[in-house]
Amino acid sequence: MYALNYVKAKSVQEAAEFLAANPEAKLLAGGMTLLPTLKQRLARPTHLVDIAGLPELRRIEAKGGRLVVGAGMKHHEVATSAVVKKAIPALAGLAGEIGDPQVRNQGTIGGSVANNDPAADYPAAVLGLGATVVTTKREIAADDYFQGLFTTALGEGEIVVRVEFPLPKKAAYCKFHHPASGYAVAGVFIAQTAGGVRVAVTGAGPGVFRWSAAEAALAKGLKPAALESAKLDASGLNSDIHADREYRANLVRVMAKRALAKLSGKK
Amino acid sequence: MAKVTIKVNGTNQTRAVEDRTLLVNFLRDELGLTGTHVGCDTSQCGCCTVHVNGRAVKSCTLLAAQANGAEVLTIEGMAKKGKLHPIQQAFSECHGLQCGFCTPGMIMATAGLLKDNANPTEEQIYKGLEGNLCRCTGYINIVKAVKRSAKLLRGKAR
Repeated sequence: MYALNYVKAKSVQEAAEFLAANPEAKLLAGGMTLLPTLKQRLARPTHLVDIAGLPELRRIEAKGGRLVVGAGMKHHEVATSAVVKKAIPALAGLAGEIGDPQVRNQGTIGGSVANNDPAADYPAAVLGLGATVVTTKREIAADDYFQGLFTTALGEGEIVVRVEFPLPKKAAYCKFHHPASGYAVAGVFIAQTAGGVRVAVTGAGPGVFRWSAAEAALAKGLKPAALESAKLDASGLNSDIHADREYRANLVRVMAKRALAKLSGKK
Repeated sequence: MAKVTIKVNGTNQTRAVEDRTLLVNFLRDELGLTGTHVGCDTSQCGCCTVHVNGRAVKSCTLLAAQANGAEVLTIEGMAKKGKLHPIQQAFSECHGLQCGFCTPGMIMATAGLLKDNANPTEEQIYKGLEGNLCRCTGYINIVKAVKRSAKLLRGKAR
């Protein structure tokens, strides 16, 4: 790791001001992606601005048909929260499957959503549930927020404060996790929402995406058979030593069917 | 430089370290607590597992500065007055190790697992130790040791 300066922010506003004054500074939350990146010398920030534990980022509450999760909540906390388990059990389940226990004790939802790793789990839930990402500057709909490989709508110095999930009628997530890293080789989040069925896919493509053919097929009824014929173009999917694109395309279909089985079964 | 005070195994330790110092290096190099190992240094193997404010984390993926003001428990803090912690005792009795390099991390991860789930199933043990690798592949006895640990901690062992 290159030498850097560690700064503990006292508030989100202070962190935002610091970022504005120091364009090469980076935010640090759980550090589960950032620290390994720094150790590989793939990034060279002048400062790390630590926002972990700021009270403004640490809330979980269900109100007015929405589940609000503060950006600073750790995966373990989301996975075991009675409020989350009651409001959106699929979200608690997803959080409990991220990485490994040590990672879940340190990594945060805000960090995951801001980083937008193409194989991360949270983006599938945020997009699949049609959530809203609330930042220091504005509210961004999930459909506008995720913009492909490690890219989001976040501007310079903009900080994710919380994610607001509209409560679905039903939702389920299923992933084929990479045995070493725990990341999704393919993960599918299916939600039956007020606005229709949403199907979000992570791990398989260069960024989380909605599988619109599956959404259209499932709109006529939540039947696994509908997924058989839903078109999925493998040419845009990821191909690497772990899985080629055709295999991933098949995995997406299999994970979608499993998620659908979860959805149709007991919650 | 960052001035860092961390309560390690019950004792406050204050040092001035480089801002980029990892917690594992703080423990090993500054305090001489070399029971916490660096295995992969890429947050995969879990040999560096310690508890920070009661939760198991990988100390190679945390800056010492991030742990400023926190309470840290390492393998050296497990035994009390020369008496092995029940988890250490179980790993010894079940021979839950081959070369032993991963053992401190396995024990700290086990302590974390059993705090959340006092009586895990075999499947839950596999999941609970997902963040720890044994390069000798000595998992059979490690899982036995975790089961034995759970019994000892619940006061149910003979």
